[in-house]
Amino acid sequence: MAEPKDAIKEKSMNLQKEMLAKQFHDLSKATENGRKVVYTFVPGNLTELILSFDMLPVYPEINALQSGMRKKSGDYIKDAEKMGYSEDVCTYVKCDIGMMLNGNIGPTGEKLPPPDLLLLSYTGCFTFLKWFENLERLYPGVPVAMLHTPYQEDGKITKDQVDYMVKQLKEEVIPKMEKVAGRKFDEERLSAMMLNSARAEDLLVKVLESAKNVPSPIDAYFAGVYYIGPIFTAFRGTAEAVDYYSELWKEVQERMQLGLGPVTPEGEMKEQKFRLVVEGPPNWTNFREFWKIFYDMGAVIVASSYTKVGGVYDLGFRHDPAEPLESLARYCMGCYTNMNLPQRVGLLEKYVKEYKADGFLINSIKSCNSFSAGQLMIMREIEQRTGAPVGFIESDLVDPRYFSYANIKNRLESYFQMLEQRKIIISQEGLSV
Amino acid sequence: MDTLNDIIKRAEALAFDLQFSAAKKWKQDGEHRVLVGYLPIYVPREIIHAVNGLPVGIMGAGDRKQIIRGDAYYQSYICHLPRGIIEMALDSNLDGFDGFLFPAICDCVRNLSGMFKLSQKGHFQRYFDYPQNFDPSIGGAFYMQEMEKILEDIYAINHQPLLTERLNASIRLYNTNRRLIENIYNIRQHYPWRLSALETYYLLRAGITIPVEEHNAMLQEVTDIISEERGEAMDNIRVVITGSFCEQPPAGLIKSIEMAGCYIVDDDFMLGSRWIQGDIRDDSDEPLKALMEAYIHQSTFSSAYYDVGNPKGKRLIDLVYKRNADGVIFSAASFCDPALLDRPLMQKECEEAGIPHINFQYHENTGQFKVIKEQAGTFSDSIKLWA
Ligand code: SF4
Ligand code: SF4
Repeated sequence: MAEPKDAIKEKSMNLQKEMLAKQFHDLSKATENGRKVVYTFVPGNLTELILSFDMLPVYPEINALQSGMRKKSGDYIKDAEKMGYSEDVCTYVKCDIGMMLNGNIGPTGEKLPPPDLLLLSYTGCFTFLKWFENLERLYPGVPVAMLHTPYQEDGKITKDQVDYMVKQLKEEVIPKMEKVAGRKFDEERLSAMMLNSARAEDLLVKVLESAKNVPSPIDAYFAGVYYIGPIFTAFRGTAEAVDYYSELWKEVQERMQLGLGPVTPEGEMKEQKFRLVVEGPPNWTNFREFWKIFYDMGAVIVASSYTKVGGVYDLGFRHDPAEPLESLARYCMGCYTNMNLPQRVGLLEKYVKEYKADGFLINSIKSCNSFSAGQLMIMREIEQRTGAPVGFIESDLVDPRYFSYANIKNRLESYFQMLEQRKIIISQEGLSV
Repeated sequence: MDTLNDIIKRAEALAFDLQFSAAKKWKQDGEHRVLVGYLPIYVPREIIHAVNGLPVGIMGAGDRKQIIRGDAYYQSYICHLPRGIIEMALDSNLDGFDGFLFPAICDCVRNLSGMFKLSQKGHFQRYFDYPQNFDPSIGGAFYMQEMEKILEDIYAINHQPLLTERLNASIRLYNTNRRLIENIYNIRQHYPWRLSALETYYLLRAGITIPVEEHNAMLQEVTDIISEERGEAMDNIRVVITGSFCEQPPAGLIKSIEMAGCYIVDDDFMLGSRWIQGDIRDDSDEPLKALMEAYIHQSTFSSAYYDVGNPKGKRLIDLVYKRNADGVIFSAASFCDPALLDRPLMQKECEEAGIPHINFQYHENTGQFKVIKEQAGTFSDSIKLWA
C-alpha cells in the first residue's frame, strides 16, 4: 500500500512538531540539567501540577503510540512477551516495557530519562494500575504516588468524591511531589497555569465543534488526535498551548470561511459523502493507511470519543483557577473512560444527532478492555436511539499483528455502500413526500 | 449426621445451580428480604446480611450453560465471565434478584455494571469501588461511603435500618465462616487427601448461594468429619494455585491438576470468601468502621488493588512457605488483564525464591484438559525428581 512520502501539514502541525521536539530534547537533557521526571498517564493527568513543580512529564502511552507510528512496536511487544507477558494483555503496556528493555529511546531518537516519580493517577482504566505496578518493579526504588479516581458510577460527580480526591492530592500526591522536586507546592502558580488551561480548552472545543458545519472543516478523529496532543499531554497550562490552539482555531476558521474540508496527508479532502461518529481509539501502526481508506471514500469523522479520553471539554468542564485542586479532581473524574456506560451512550447519541452524522462506527481495540468491553451494547443502543446505521471494525493500538488492512477495507467498503444506499432511499422518500 | 459424600453432593448442586433456587426460596420464605447478587471478588457481605439481605455470589456460568446470546455482547478477545453473566441476565437466571454489585476488579466488570444499568436489571446495579488509598482517614472514609450507598439501595427496597447490634451479629457469623474455612485449609495443609481440592471448592462455592448460618453448619460438619483420618495419602506434590480469582476454572481443570499428582494446598478460587484475614471486631459501637478497618488492614493480596509497600509476589511466596508447598501454578482466565499482568512479576519472585512454577490459561467453559493434565503431570514428576 503506497503512502505519500511527504504529508501535507497545516501550520499548527509544524508548531506542534516544534513543541514536541523541544519537549523530548528537554527530556533527553533532564538528568544533565537536574530536572526531575514524572511518568504519568494521559486520562486524568495532572500536568499543571507537575509543571508547577518545574518537573517534566512523560506519558508512557504516548511513547507507545509513537512507537506504533514508527513501526517499532511490533518488536517491542515481542520482547515483552519473551519476558512472560501474555499475548492477551494490553499492548500499550507491552510496548512500553519493550521500549524500556531496548534502551528507552523516545520518538525523536533521543533517550528518555528514567522516572524520578511514578504518578499513578488512575482514571478510567484498571490496567493503568497494573502497568505502574510493573514499572515500579522495573525501576526499583522510584516512589509511586497513587491518585485513585472514583468512577462516575452514578453518572455524576459527587462532593464526597471530590473531597476524597482532594485529600489524596493534599496528603499523598503533593507531599511526594514536594519531596522529589525538593520544593514546596505553589498553589498560586498552579492557579495561574489553570487560566491558560481554560483558554486552551475553550479553543479546543471551538475547533472540535467546528465539525458541526457542513462541510466539516476538520476530521475530528484522524486529525483530531493531533489536535488533542498538546492539551492532553505536556502542555496543558502553558502559554505555548494557548498559542498553538489560537493558531489552530485561526486555521479552522479560515477553512470554514472558504468552505474547505479537512487537510489530509494528501491535501485537502474534496468530497464529504459521509459524516461519521467514531467510538474507540485508532490504530497507530498503520495510521495513514487507515485514515486513507476513509478519505478516499469521502468519509469524514465529525465527532469521536477518543478525542475525549483526556477530558470531555465540550460538556462544559474547564480547569478553574479559583479551585485548583478541586478542579483537578473534577477533571480526572470527568474523562471519557471514567464515565459510566449510560453516560457514554448518551454522549455518543448526542454527537450523532448534533453533528448530523450519517453513521456510527466502532473501531474495537483488541487490547483495550476499558473501551472495548460493552461496545457491542453501545452500538445497539445508538442504533436504536438514533436510527443511524452502525458499523464495526476491529484492530489494535500498537500490535501490527492485529491490523488486517484487507479485512478492515472490505468491512468499511460494505458499510459505506450501505450508507450510500440509505442516502438514496432517504432522498427518494424525501422526493415522494 | 450426613456422610461427607452427601454433603459434597449437596454443595456441588448448590454451587452450580445457576437458577439460585435456594437463594430465591430463602427470599420467598420471609418478609422484607432482598437478594443482592455480587460478582467476584469481594464485597462486605456482613452489611447486606444485617439488613435482611442475602448476598449471593455470581461467579459466572462456567461450563454449565450454553452461551447463545451472550456472545453477541462481547468480542472474542474479552474474557468469558461477562458473557456468561449477560446470558444469565437475558434468561431467567437472575430474575428475583433485587440488586447487583460489581466490585472494582477490572474494566470488563466495570463496564458490565453499565450494561446492567442500561438494561435496568434489578432495582439497583452498583459498581463497588475499592479505594486504592489505604489511609483509614482517606481511603477508609471513601470505603465507608461506598458501603453506605449499598445500604441506601437496600433500604429503598425493604426499609430495614442498619442496627449496630445486628451488624455486630452479622460480623460474628462471617467471622465464624472465615474461621471454619481457614481451618479446613489448615487441615488440608497437613492431610490434603482427606478432602480434595474440588470438594473444597464445591463447599466454598455453595456457601455464596445460601445463608451464612446454613453454610457455617455445613462447614462445621465437614470439619468434624475431616478432623479424623480418612482417605489415603498419595505421593503427590503440593501446589498453590494463583490467578483464578475472578472467572472460575472449570471443575474439570481442578480435578485434572489433582489427578496429575498435585495436591492443591491453597488457591484463590473463592477469594472473596477468604478476603479478610482473621477476625473483624464484632463488639464495636461503630461496626461499619470495623469493616472498613478490616478492609484496609486485613485484606489478602489480590490483583484488585495496588499493593503499595506490601507486594503480592512476596505475599505469594509467604503463602507457599506457610503451606509448605513445592510449587506454584499460575492459572488465569484468558484475556484477564489483572491476572496476566501480575503474572510476570510474581513468576520472577518465585524464581528468585527458587520456587518452581508453571502456568495455564483457561476459559470457564474449557472442555479439554489433556494438555493441562500432561503439563501438571510433568511438573509434578520434575519436582519429585528434583527433590
Ligand atoms: S487498556 Fe486501554 S486505556 Fe487501559 S492502558 Fe491499555 S490501551 Fe490504555
Ligand atoms: S476474568 Fe479478569 S478480565 Fe475477566 S472480568 Fe474477571 S478480572 Fe476482569
